[in-house]
Amino acid sequence: MVLDICNLVKRYDPAAEPVLRDVSFAMAPGETLALEGESGSGKSTLLHLVAGLDRASGGQITVDGTDITALADGALAQMRRSTVGLIFQQFNLIPSLTVEKNIAFQARLAGRFDPDWAAHLAETIGLADHLQSYPETLSGGQQQRVAIARALAAKPRLLLADEPTGNLDEATADTVLQLMLDSAAETGTALLMVTHSPRQAARMQRRLHLSHGVVQPLESAA
Amino acid sequence: MIRLGLAALLSHWRRNPWQLATLIAGLALATALWSGVQAINAEARASYDRAADVVTGSGLEQITRVDGQALSTVEYVALRRLGWQVSPVLEGTLPGTDLRLLGIDPLTLPQPASSDGAPQSPLDAGAQEAGEAAVFLHPDDVGLFDGLDVTLRPQPERARGTALTDIAVAHRLLDAPGQITRLLLDPARPVGLPPLPPEYLRSPPAQGNDVARLTESFHLNLTAFGLLSFAVGIFIAYGAVGLAFEQRRPVFRTLRALGVPLRQLMVLLAAELGVFALLAGAFGVALGYVIAAALLPDVAATLRGLYGAEITGGLQLRPVWWLSGLGMALAGTGLAGAAALIKLAKLPLLSFNHPRAMSMHATAAARWLALAALGLFAAGLTLAVLGQGLFAGFGLLGCLLIGAAFLLPAALSAGLTLAGRWHRGPLAEWFWADSRQQLPGLSMALMALLLAMAANIGVSTMVSSFRLTFTGYLDQRLASELYLRAETPAQAAEMMAFLETEQVTVLPIVWQDLRIAGLPAEIYGIRDHVTYRENWPLLEAVPEVWDRLAAGEGALINEQLARRNGLWPGDRLQTGDLILGVYGDYGNAAGQIVISRSAFTARYPDVTLLRFGLRTETPDALAARIEARFDLAPDALINQADLKAFSLSVFERTFAVTAALNALTLSVAGLALLIGLLTLASLRLPQLAPVWALGLTRRHLAGLELLRALCLAAMTAALALPLGLALAWVLLAVVNVEAFGWRLPMYLFPLDYARLGALTLLAATVAAAWPALRLARTPPDRLLRVFSNER
Repeated sequence: MVLDICNLVKRYDPAAEPVLRDVSFAMAPGETLALEGESGSGKSTLLHLVAGLDRASGGQITVDGTDITALADGALAQMRRSTVGLIFQQFNLIPSLTVEKNIAFQARLAGRFDPDWAAHLAETIGLADHLQSYPETLSGGQQQRVAIARALAAKPRLLLADEPTGNLDEATADTVLQLMLDSAAETGTALLMVTHSPRQAARMQRRLHLSHGVVQPLESAA
Repeated sequence: MIRLGLAALLSHWRRNPWQLATLIAGLALATALWSGVQAINAEARASYDRAADVVTGSGLEQITRVDGQALSTVEYVALRRLGWQVSPVLEGTLPGTDLRLLGIDPLTLPQPASSDGAPQSPLDAGAQEAGEAAVFLHPDDVGLFDGLDVTLRPQPERARGTALTDIAVAHRLLDAPGQITRLLLDPARPVGLPPLPPEYLRSPPAQGNDVARLTESFHLNLTAFGLLSFAVGIFIAYGAVGLAFEQRRPVFRTLRALGVPLRQLMVLLAAELGVFALLAGAFGVALGYVIAAALLPDVAATLRGLYGAEITGGLQLRPVWWLSGLGMALAGTGLAGAAALIKLAKLPLLSFNHPRAMSMHATAAARWLALAALGLFAAGLTLAVLGQGLFAGFGLLGCLLIGAAFLLPAALSAGLTLAGRWHRGPLAEWFWADSRQQLPGLSMALMALLLAMAANIGVSTMVSSFRLTFTGYLDQRLASELYLRAETPAQAAEMMAFLETEQVTVLPIVWQDLRIAGLPAEIYGIRDHVTYRENWPLLEAVPEVWDRLAAGEGALINEQLARRNGLWPGDRLQTGDLILGVYGDYGNAAGQIVISRSAFTARYPDVTLLRFGLRTETPDALAARIEARFDLAPDALINQADLKAFSLSVFERTFAVTAALNALTLSVAGLALLIGLLTLASLRLPQLAPVWALGLTRRHLAGLELLRALCLAAMTAALALPLGLALAWVLLAVVNVEAFGWRLPMYLFPLDYARLGALTLLAATVAAAWPALRLARTPPDRLLRVFSNER
């Protein structure tokens, strides 16, 4: 398993109800999974915990064989660099770097930069002609494609996407999602995607629904 | 609507009290440094005016002898008979003291102003008092008249160190019977007077009094420093106002979207800034009073030591400086807030912040600033080549400093680009590119740092160069091992006889006060001796200068007299003396002429010899024998070491004020940097969060933030060094020459610069430490909010 979550609990306030309660599920390499739920149901919190951006209050998260709940800050940062790829709704590109350097950034941090693979990704996402541009000169869809290329450039074992198409129109959203699915399939990367869109979720192999901190499986069309 | 709009605007400050404190502190500091300096200047000028009332009689035309000698009563009577309505004044130093005694004739003194408002003679009040034939003086000076048969009238309002009396009493006390220093000319004299005989010189009324004219440059120096400190303080206010604007940008948009007219919003913002300016101004004026009170003793000591000018009385709340302080606070806030108001006027209702777009905009602005800098440098160069006078000197300094500050963003951007090219690796590339992007937000603070550092380097180079030159000069000039003063001519004769038996080389010190080009000067008569030939620091001289001086062929003059009047070897003084050489004479602003002893005796036969320099190989033993033989006043026998120590202490206090202002300015610049970094820290979380998410720890990021501040400070320091040295050159070669009358060689002090650089890096580290620490301790959920989809 590339991801194994067991009895995960997250509380922000010890006196309040937990945001996540006893969440458990696992993902195999290359698997795609949609995480759905209402606003405030804890989807992003779950994603942040898996990415090592936040600390769990209880339970276990194993990423690529390592229990990350016990890792120190430095080791978590190392795990994010080398094992996980992150895609955000707001793109979160680095505005001071060109498209080319944005794509290469994480892979180079991880020490796994492959120029040919990066060039292939740039070609695939259709931005080979914009490599020397700066992010703010691109459209939303183009920026999200750069974010996807950045996340995949390091060939992560697990790709985490938090409503990656939430800011895009339907046509662009479809293109971007297809790109993610194709790239993940090509590299054998597992994809965990938070989404509000049933249409998008339906294209994933598996669907989970999160409600009041509890996760329940849904049927998928894929 | 106004109330609601104001409430929305002010709510920002309620939620950010530290930011409000920063804004008030920046404005208050700027106002305090400015109004403190103005308070000192106002107090000094008031003291000069008080002194002028009794000392100089400025505002009246004066008649003196062309050769600088005293006038006689016979000449005075002759001029009166010719129809010249003149009144005699005898001015001199009370023997054995430093007290200036002024003798006037109340009967002939120009009369008080008429009721039609004609100008009043400044001597009027004194004239009426002097009619009592008593001596009017400051209570502190009463002891100087011990043993003298004279009636004293102590008056606290009198300037310390000066006394006024009837000329008959002055003749007796100064042992100068029948002598007159100058004649005051009645402005109400009849027309059609016969021409003034050629042996007399008629001087126009002075614009101010002598002391004020001599010290004008010193006060201009202080004002320039006050302005520099004010400018640095305004950088803080600019930073705080800028931060508040950026943070309230959404509020402005929302208010406008909800129907608040742009004009009303701008008026509200301006009113808010105005209230802050008045608050900060009042606080700054109070703080300025404290600063002035703390610095006034040093300023007074400087003025006394350097110019012989007295500052009497305590610090008073004079409207001229506290009003100017409040005015500057309002003007400074206007300057600091103008950019925010312009941004508000141009703010589109719908707009998104693109950091790089803002950076690109800033790059274009930096280009314009760089062009303006080149224009300023060209103006400075023109002033350097064509300009004259102190204002040209300060104009050159202003062009240099402001030009360099304008050039800084472009220079730093180029430096960061270059550094980015040298370093490979994702973090290094991001670090340099991101630093370049942060430049617009930090450039004001870095400009403040550049100015403060350059001022520090410039002034410390000037002071240290001065110290080296001055110490060397003292070693040369104070060559005699002992300096002896007799109380009376009889005692002087006894001393001479005694010293002859001791086989000591005696160098007589004899001088006469005179006026050259309307300003007080001194003429000395020296004997021809190897001490002078070997030690005197001649800057320019004709060949065989000492032989020609000994032969009475001419005179030596000091550098300040030479520069002030454009007199150099080969020229002639108004006394008729041919100038044979010019010597360095530091620590003294007045003009000085040196002629041979024989020429002096022939010209001033009545001047008695009371002081001597003594050359001996056993000064302590000789001093003991002199003290045993004569009943000496405590300060009648001074050894060389004491004199040097005194001169150096005058020197040190001269620059104590400058050093204090320097340190304050640097501290203010450090504060500006801290505010700049805090401003950025609150705005750049969205830029740092993705880098954290991509695999860097918060501590690592905080370390990089610290390193960024250090790099920028180091680059600024590197640029401040040449600027500071250029500043030092202008101070030494232009401003000092105009202000003090002497030009000093420039020395370099690499260790001092390295120490200042280290101090700057330390200040930058301290300034960056707080924001960095805050970043390192930022809870992950705060960083995660950047990625939150439900924002």
